[in-house]
Amino acid sequence: MANSKRTLAALVYNRPGVLNRVASLFRRRGFNIESIAVGRTDDPKLSRMTIVVIGDNATVEQVRKQLDKIVDVVKIIDITGDDMVSRELALVRVKATTATRAEIVQMVNIFRGAIIDVGSNTLVIEVTGDEDKIDSLLNLLRSYGIREVARTGRVAMTRGGTIGSIKAEEEAATGRQR
Amino acid sequence: MKLSGARMLCQALINEGVDVIFGFPGGSVLPLYDVLPEFQGLRHILVRHEQGAAHAADGYARATGKVGVCLATSGPGATNLVTGIANAHLDSSPVVAITGQVARAFIGKDAFQEVDITGITLPITKHNYLIMNASDIGSVVKEAFHLARTGRPGPVLLDIPRDVFVEEAEFNYPDKVELTGYKPIHQGHPAQIKRAAELINSSECPVIIAGRGIIISDACEQLRELVEKSQIPVATTLLGMGGFPGTHVLSLGMLGMHGTAYANMAIQNSDLVICLGSRFDDRATGKVSAFAPAAKIVHVDIDAAEIGKNVRVDVPIVGDLKVVLQVLNTLVNSKSRPAWLEQIQKYQREHPLCVSSEEDKLLPQHVISQIYELTGGDATIVTGVGQNQMWCAQHFLYTRPKTLISSGGLGTMGFELPAAIGAKVGCPKETVWCIAGDGGFQMTMQELATAVQDKVAVKIAILNNGYLGMVRQWQELFYDKRYVGTPLWSPDFVKIAEAYGIPACRVKNKKDVSAAITTALSYDGSYLIDFMVEPEENVYPMVPPGASLAELMEHPDARRANASSTFTVSNV
Repeated sequence: MANSKRTLAALVYNRPGVLNRVASLFRRRGFNIESIAVGRTDDPKLSRMTIVVIGDNATVEQVRKQLDKIVDVVKIIDITGDDMVSRELALVRVKATTATRAEIVQMVNIFRGAIIDVGSNTLVIEVTGDEDKIDSLLNLLRSYGIREVARTGRVAMTRGGTIGSIKAEEEAATGRQR
Repeated sequence: MKLSGARMLCQALINEGVDVIFGFPGGSVLPLYDVLPEFQGLRHILVRHEQGAAHAADGYARATGKVGVCLATSGPGATNLVTGIANAHLDSSPVVAITGQVARAFIGKDAFQEVDITGITLPITKHNYLIMNASDIGSVVKEAFHLARTGRPGPVLLDIPRDVFVEEAEFNYPDKVELTGYKPIHQGHPAQIKRAAELINSSECPVIIAGRGIIISDACEQLRELVEKSQIPVATTLLGMGGFPGTHVLSLGMLGMHGTAYANMAIQNSDLVICLGSRFDDRATGKVSAFAPAAKIVHVDIDAAEIGKNVRVDVPIVGDLKVVLQVLNTLVNSKSRPAWLEQIQKYQREHPLCVSSEEDKLLPQHVISQIYELTGGDATIVTGVGQNQMWCAQHFLYTRPKTLISSGGLGTMGFELPAAIGAKVGCPKETVWCIAGDGGFQMTMQELATAVQDKVAVKIAILNNGYLGMVRQWQELFYDKRYVGTPLWSPDFVKIAEAYGIPACRVKNKKDVSAAITTALSYDGSYLIDFMVEPEENVYPMVPPGASLAELMEHPDARRANASSTFTVSNV
């Protein structure tokens, strides 16, 4: 079966070792995790993970089921096929001389990025968007000399006004009523 | 009232119904051992190696259906449990393993006897905990037992630092477990159950594969009702034996690599496979792409991750077997299937389970048949791994659940003796036979001392063929008889047993088999028999590794035996 990029959204308990438990299952199946972004939800007891992996449908579904068995994983869903919004943030340190600085700033503006630090011969750029947008900016910046790149990896949510099943589970997990 | 962590742990174990702990002391668990005598309800059985503790807890769990508990110190004590924990994990056996850990201040500093056991056991436990505060002990123990025994059972490890055993805190033991991330599904989906019933009602040649899930879920009665109502023949997996009576007219015995020819033929020629609580292990299915080619597949399992993992499934049902079968049985029509059952009987007549026709040899199969005859089938059989295990599956007919205890998934040689001790401790009234090979027995025979010290009466039969028999069989069949690393020198097992104070005898001739077994059975205590069996006897039938169930090799004497029933042992 053809490999494709899959996005998994997981709600997990915010406890030591949870990331290890999740990552370990991917390792066992020989998956290279493309990106994984973890952060607390509005409830400090819970974290949300967005995991991007490349694999065929059946294998990713098998791993998802295995992940769902982890006691510290409250819920995990594959949102690849869903209507979703996803964003990634990147920080880029790029070489900038007096001659190129204005050009770079202009380009960053087009990408709706921001200059967040200015050094004597470098700039640090912040840009948010989907992976393609960030990749294209990086391609353009490459000719000036990229010194350093830090990317967060994808965070994603399904679109629309309904609360996703993850949100529902979260409410069940924390016993809160809506 | 404030209690020390050690006392809280003991009290919590008692609250969970624990009556026995298989353990081995050491530095980091000393504060726990120190308070054990205050808790008379907790019997401690001292093993001789921590692997034995884990296997004994596992054997106890499989024989009783309750949670087995083992205990070891930090570092090497904990790592010695690992094989036993992995074994329990692969066979879904409810075990709680407790390990000591170095004091909290020393964790992560490579302290004496420190090992990251929660890290090590992460992929081989259902869940594990490092308990960093004594005040958490009550709720964590409650959770651990809940996890171990519910849903798809499995081992749970509790790692407790030495100073947490000593720390005093308020004992908080909750009534209920709150685990949002863990909710096993018991009710199968009604629409899927209905679809399964329709397939059963419309199929001409259905077969049931009954796995260990039948036993775990206590669904033997419901299975029997389904089978008799709809006249469906049943093949069991190794771990499913006893879940459906082996003496039943619709029993096909075991399927798979060393299953009966007729079980495998029935599956390959079926139009519907109903798999109940089994995970389509490669030893059971043979080559997956050629498995039951014409059949639709119904799969019932409590673990959603097992469905569709190895085999394509037409009707998936996630749920507890007992609950699902109760519903299914109301939807299934009474049906007789004369043509299909006639076909099955033809398979059974033409491809019976055979043993060698050389009458005077001491064949290992004969030993198992004799144990079956002389116990009247009323015994718990705990096997090693390899040929002895397959002969126990083929030549003993299990009529009750939990009476065949065997390391299926991991295939752990050395499981037999400690697991038999655990089984006997759990079921003292049961006659427990440990059936070992000469190879596996030497992996854990130090546990003879455990049986003696704690007065656990196990009957031990060693099928001594001077080889690591199953590996030798593969070398004979697939490596041109190059016996590398398989010829096996062994000590005098009779003298070994006697050195431990266990009476023993050696049997070299077929005519002495039954007398020896009778002696062992009538002796009040452990007894060992060293059966010097035919060295190069093979297990047949055999589906070669990687082949489909249809390509099975039958016993070379099968055709001859077919002509005369004298040397035929049929499973029906």
